[in-house]
Amino acid sequence: MKTELAIGVSRLRKSFGGKAALADIDLSVPAGSVFALLGPNGAGKSTLVAILTTLLRADGGTATVGGLDVGRQAAAVRNLLSVTSQASAVDEFLTGRENLTMIGRLHLLGGAKAISRADKLLRDFDLHGAADRKVSTYSGGMVRRLDLAMSLVRRPEVLFLDEPTTGLDPRSRLAVWNAVRGLSKQGVTVFLTTQYLEEADQLADSIAVLNDGRIVAQGTADELKRLVPAGHVEFGFQDPQDFGKALTLIRAERGNAGNNVNKDDEFLTVRVATTDSAAVITSVVASLSAGGCTASSIAIIKPTLDDVFLALTAKQEAKQ
Amino acid sequence: MTAVSLYVAHAGTMVRRELIRTLRTVDSIVISLMVPVGILFAFVWVFGGAIQSGGGYVNYVMPGLLLMCAAFGSSQTAVSVAQDIKSGVVDRFRTMPIAGSTVLAGHVVASTLRNLATSAVLLGCAVLLGFSPQATWGSALAAVALLLAFILAFTWLSTLAGLLLSPEAASGLTSITIFLPYVSSAFVRPETMPSWLQGFAEHQPFTPVTEALRAFLLGGDAGATGWIAVAWCVGLGLAGWVGSAVIFRGRRS
Repeated sequence: MKTELAIGVSRLRKSFGGKAALADIDLSVPAGSVFALLGPNGAGKSTLVAILTTLLRADGGTATVGGLDVGRQAAAVRNLLSVTSQASAVDEFLTGRENLTMIGRLHLLGGAKAISRADKLLRDFDLHGAADRKVSTYSGGMVRRLDLAMSLVRRPEVLFLDEPTTGLDPRSRLAVWNAVRGLSKQGVTVFLTTQYLEEADQLADSIAVLNDGRIVAQGTADELKRLVPAGHVEFGFQDPQDFGKALTLIRAERGNAGNNVNKDDEFLTVRVATTDSAAVITSVVASLSAGGCTASSIAIIKPTLDDVFLALTAKQEAKQ
Repeated sequence: MTAVSLYVAHAGTMVRRELIRTLRTVDSIVISLMVPVGILFAFVWVFGGAIQSGGGYVNYVMPGLLLMCAAFGSSQTAVSVAQDIKSGVVDRFRTMPIAGSTVLAGHVVASTLRNLATSAVLLGCAVLLGFSPQATWGSALAAVALLLAFILAFTWLSTLAGLLLSPEAASGLTSITIFLPYVSSAFVRPETMPSWLQGFAEHQPFTPVTEALRAFLLGGDAGATGWIAVAWCVGLGLAGWVGSAVIFRGRRS
């Protein structure tokens, strides 16, 4: 089995003016996978991307991309990667087409090839209609798509996307997601940072949660979801009297597990925490109808990455 | 490809990018020409009768105006460098397998070409107003070389300023280049200024460069002033170049 690492980070540290932005980060991203670094604003995501893309020097520890040290072998590392950062890295005075051919020329594609490559990318990213307009007239979503297209003029080994969909409309977001999936199929390793848990859930093979400069959890989306208590089954009621009666019935039915039952007086709902939703629904519905009342709605609520994220970051805050 | 030809190829792409930008922002060229051409007309027609400096005043004022135009035009580099740094496009270049300094080389070469072009236009206007240079081929060549050195010096200083300042501050700085020539021998002889100002006027770079250029264009003898002018250009240019290199490199901290 191939265990080649696209990105390896070990005990990486960086501080700004005495304040630690990254504290002893350890990460490994296998070649060809999609990795998501999840964290709130100011967690240190962009700092880590800047170090991995040779823009910033670490204070300590090591970081490699494609087996090459990002500090000592920066020039060689730059041959492997492309970056689309939060601050749009496009030339506003040029047209979309000129931006793309400029990058092609810098990669020494040669005039004709740079032009045809630009043409293909403009079509792939739905920018053909605006190709010959100055970028300063583009919408935010168009700039972001152009930015990503510029990162793909030459196929990178490792693609870094720093919050690629922050502030994008749904259509542009989908375009970015599809591009990431397509690249991943071609074997490109993708390292993306995001504040959106849904994005990590949708795209990433593995996820690390970064909070306040530390990795607080790491694993697949499913593994992370298992870190928080189970999901819930939620029973809703129309009538307050029914609600009260049902609550007593459900508590009696759950017996010892009664402390897993929570009620919401305002919305007239009863939540039962469980790992086996089907069994809970069957037995609760049976005991409710035996007691002569019916639920108006039943919902299964699975844990989301949001629950994981909030639980993990809250835990860390409590520790401090 | 050797390292040198690679650098030249990358820098060539950067120059191309800057020239496209220049053509897209024609207003900045028009302004950098309008000010000196406007001043040319004002001085020759409005003040020309009052300011007597022997011979046609247009001949006296033209070298200084050329330098004012070149200084102002070069200082625009500060604005485009600052815009580049702010936009994040420089960060993209720095993550690519190219020497980051090619970005600066692109700015400097483009600025030089732009300023040589505006100088030619200004010279054309001056000839229409009666400017009659008395230069030999040799001294004309010396004049062009000095102008080139002056443009390079101011462009590198502006690059440094652009790396340090925001686009707004950089654009404010360009007005200094309009003001400085007034306190030099560009328009009137420093002897006519108050004595406290004379000291500054005689020892700031515009005065020796203007005097040397005047000698080259009008057939005088530049003498030691020529070397002082060259020394100023080389010194300022080196300061700008080294400073820019250090700041540009240091951004990766």
